[in-house]
Amino acid sequence: MSTTSIATTGPALKLPEKHYLNSSWGIRSWLLTTDHKRIALLYLASVTFFFFIGGFFAMMIRLNLLTPSGYLLNADTYNRMFTMHGVTMVFFFLIPSIPAILGNFLIPLMVGAKDLAFPKINLLSWYIYIVGGCFTLYSMVSGGLDTGWTFYTPLSTVYSNSAVAPAVIGVFITGFSSILTGLNFLVTVHTMRAPGMTWFRLPLFVWAHYATSVVMILGTPVIAITLGLAAMERLFGLGFFNPAMGGDPILFQHLFWFYSHPAVYIMILPAMGVISELIPTFARKKLFGYHFVAAASLAIAVIGFVVWAHHMFLTGQSTYAALAFSFLTFLVAIPSAIKVFNWTATLFGGSISFDTPMLYAFGFLGLFLIGGLTGLFLGCLGIDMHVHDTYFVVAHFHYIMVGGAVMGYLGGLHFWWPKITGRMYPEWLARIAAFVLFVGFNLTFFPQFVLGYLGMPRRYHVYPPEFQVYNVMSTAGASILAVGYLLPMVYLTWAAFFGKVAGDNPWPATGLEWKTPSPPPTENFEVTPEVTWEPYDFHNRPDLGLDVAGQSQLAPAHGDD
Amino acid sequence: MHRTGALYGQFNTLEQQKDTASLGMWIFLVTEVMFFGGIMLAYTINRHTYFHAFAMGSNTLSLKLGGINTVVLLASSFTMAMAVWSSQVGKQKLIPMFLTLTIILGFVFFGIKYVEYAQKFHHHLVPGRNFDIAYCVNNPSKCEDIDAEDMDVERKEIAAAMAADPDLNAHAQLYYSAYFGMTGLHALHMIIGACLLFWLLRNSLAGAYTPVWNTPVDIVGLYWHFVDIVWIYLFPLLYLIDRHK
Amino acid sequence: MSEQEHSEHIVSPGTYLVIIFTLLFLTGLTVGAAYVNLGRFNIVVALAIATLKATLVVLFFMHAKYSPKRTKLVIIAGIFWLLILLFMTLSDYASRIDYRGVRFPMSQNTLASPLQRS
Repeated sequence: MSTTSIATTGPALKLPEKHYLNSSWGIRSWLLTTDHKRIALLYLASVTFFFFIGGFFAMMIRLNLLTPSGYLLNADTYNRMFTMHGVTMVFFFLIPSIPAILGNFLIPLMVGAKDLAFPKINLLSWYIYIVGGCFTLYSMVSGGLDTGWTFYTPLSTVYSNSAVAPAVIGVFITGFSSILTGLNFLVTVHTMRAPGMTWFRLPLFVWAHYATSVVMILGTPVIAITLGLAAMERLFGLGFFNPAMGGDPILFQHLFWFYSHPAVYIMILPAMGVISELIPTFARKKLFGYHFVAAASLAIAVIGFVVWAHHMFLTGQSTYAALAFSFLTFLVAIPSAIKVFNWTATLFGGSISFDTPMLYAFGFLGLFLIGGLTGLFLGCLGIDMHVHDTYFVVAHFHYIMVGGAVMGYLGGLHFWWPKITGRMYPEWLARIAAFVLFVGFNLTFFPQFVLGYLGMPRRYHVYPPEFQVYNVMSTAGASILAVGYLLPMVYLTWAAFFGKVAGDNPWPATGLEWKTPSPPPTENFEVTPEVTWEPYDFHNRPDLGLDVAGQSQLAPAHGDD
Repeated sequence: MHRTGALYGQFNTLEQQKDTASLGMWIFLVTEVMFFGGIMLAYTINRHTYFHAFAMGSNTLSLKLGGINTVVLLASSFTMAMAVWSSQVGKQKLIPMFLTLTIILGFVFFGIKYVEYAQKFHHHLVPGRNFDIAYCVNNPSKCEDIDAEDMDVERKEIAAAMAADPDLNAHAQLYYSAYFGMTGLHALHMIIGACLLFWLLRNSLAGAYTPVWNTPVDIVGLYWHFVDIVWIYLFPLLYLIDRHK
Repeated sequence: MSEQEHSEHIVSPGTYLVIIFTLLFLTGLTVGAAYVNLGRFNIVVALAIATLKATLVVLFFMHAKYSPKRTKLVIIAGIFWLLILLFMTLSDYASRIDYRGVRFPMSQNTLASPLQRS
């Protein structure tokens, strides 16, 4: 085990002369680009912007919860805070983050193509995201909305006095961005693979995005029609979800969760794909059970579609249906568990190094495990009866979304930053930031498990005074977590311009994307590559310059600042 | 720009380009299936719960107009398929002819739909806007397009339906929500289809589509057929509820 | 990697004519069937005929019959997912114990059971 970075960088390396960043200049070359790599960076900028906005609302929530009596916000404003936090983070950060940034950038490189199947549609998807975002921002500045990110009816469609319609329309529009991204990925993986890149030579990152795209394609249209109908109801008086007209709020919930549950798999599968790339690289070992992990991604996508009503156990739905959904919820945990076992087995006997991406991968393993297991608790009808709508649920999904998806996102950003920018981030600062993030995260959310178990309900601006200690711990943790987020934003930006030049394959890693220069040229590959090697096969890749023990033979300088 | 079957930069062969476009359109149609599926679910649940209101609503629709529209759309699918065939066998002159026929049939559909919608607005059958299922029955002078015999039948039907469901007016709005929602969405998709057809027509007049490259005609055809399939389901679901009374 | 493009099998206008006439016949059939009182089977017949029509359009007008396996998989997946949406949601409504009695306590009137219609 080594604490020095395995990355090879150094003053002898130079950036390539022409690459996708300097191939053309000016704002038009960015706003009208069809290069998937530039579009990925467009997404990076806009997704980060929305992350800040969602983070701001989170800060308001946590600040208000410092005291039991809601000293900062009244009930109405607090409702708007948690609603906007949820809407922004779910639809504008978590769903697009890894697919639209890392997926867009890497998938053509990983399959050996010059671009995605539909580059113009790719650009269109970004513009659709921006338009949807504008509608939602408009909703925020006209007072926000207070219905919860779940838009339950008839509050959202009839009784709410907040800016529901623009937000619903904004999310509706952004859904099409998701659909187009998924469509692009699916078709690319089917028709654009380089010669020799068979299905089982694809990196698991690609498999994960394939599965994610299946979910995007099949699920997102349903939320589109649901929100469309809700908007019709709010604006024009159609009545499907309004009990006063004989409509059914539970129908809304069925339609809403039919998408929104698979949506959480849209959020986590790409992160799992990142982890499947990080662990073999930093354990210098072939991934254990490649076929099982690939199949598990598909299984999660498919089974994830038949568990949605576990969000509705307390709605008065049929007990028999609830039983079926509870059973299926247990089933969907199995492929996730298979992945966790396989990642762990990959570590066994590997040559492990603790570079920053690996720290995030370790963080993912532990935190996703906790989040996933607590999901099983919630899938139990008896337990859910008590902890539904409490902070237990909030903690559960933050462990998965932040402890899982965001860790995967940050780990991936760090791992591929040299490829994207040609320069390495500062390793020791990055490790410190990862540690700060991990501590801050656990301090924020672990107390929330306790709070939920003790009975503190979610979505209230006040709480019984006996819960204050845990709430204060949680808010303190959130401040530390914020530092953990800000640090990478600062040093990654710095590194993009001033970091040490990284070379084609600084780690080295086995994917096809590492065989192009860093940053890659606009057309990705000068010659269409022909693939003859198996994925993560460190032993049969003499081009990586590794010796028998898996140690790099290349220039030994490491990426310290 | 791409006009005559030139290869786009990201592809290696024309075959790959065709394959990609086709798969892309089929996957997009799957998203449309799920999109309409959501409103079909809402329809199903509400029809089952409020059968009398739905039957009442359905019987106020003109079977004649709906039937004609169904025939019109099926015919337009035929002419669209013929346009694709023409491009496959290289009969350049026939492509714009069949496309034009398809567009004309599409506009006939729009025209009939407009008449139907106008009637609904006139008869106070739009949810949320002074909706009143019994408006025509109570004000026969305002609804001159319904003749006396049909008015009688409607009066009896409403009376029977009210007896079965005292809240008929509220629940009938759900039927019309489904009606306007489903046919409105369908019409929107047809408008998009019509725009695509105009685009194809313009290109086909310039001779852009050959047996080597007819993919745009092919994939717009897929989209148009899908829109036809949606109507194939909408017609019995909206127009043929409980007609045997 | 790229498979037989389906436009290489060209469907003849004759086939299209047979299909369109079949579709028109089925349309007439579905209207006719609507005037026969089959009770709860009216909807079954209507949907069956509609599905048959849709199948003909998919197979012949959309060339699915002559398309690569991948296309058929995409079509089947779409239909299957639609059925998941419909049937699993309906399974909730259908298995509620009180479904056929009082519903929606928030609405102003209780409703007559749909099963009691004449």
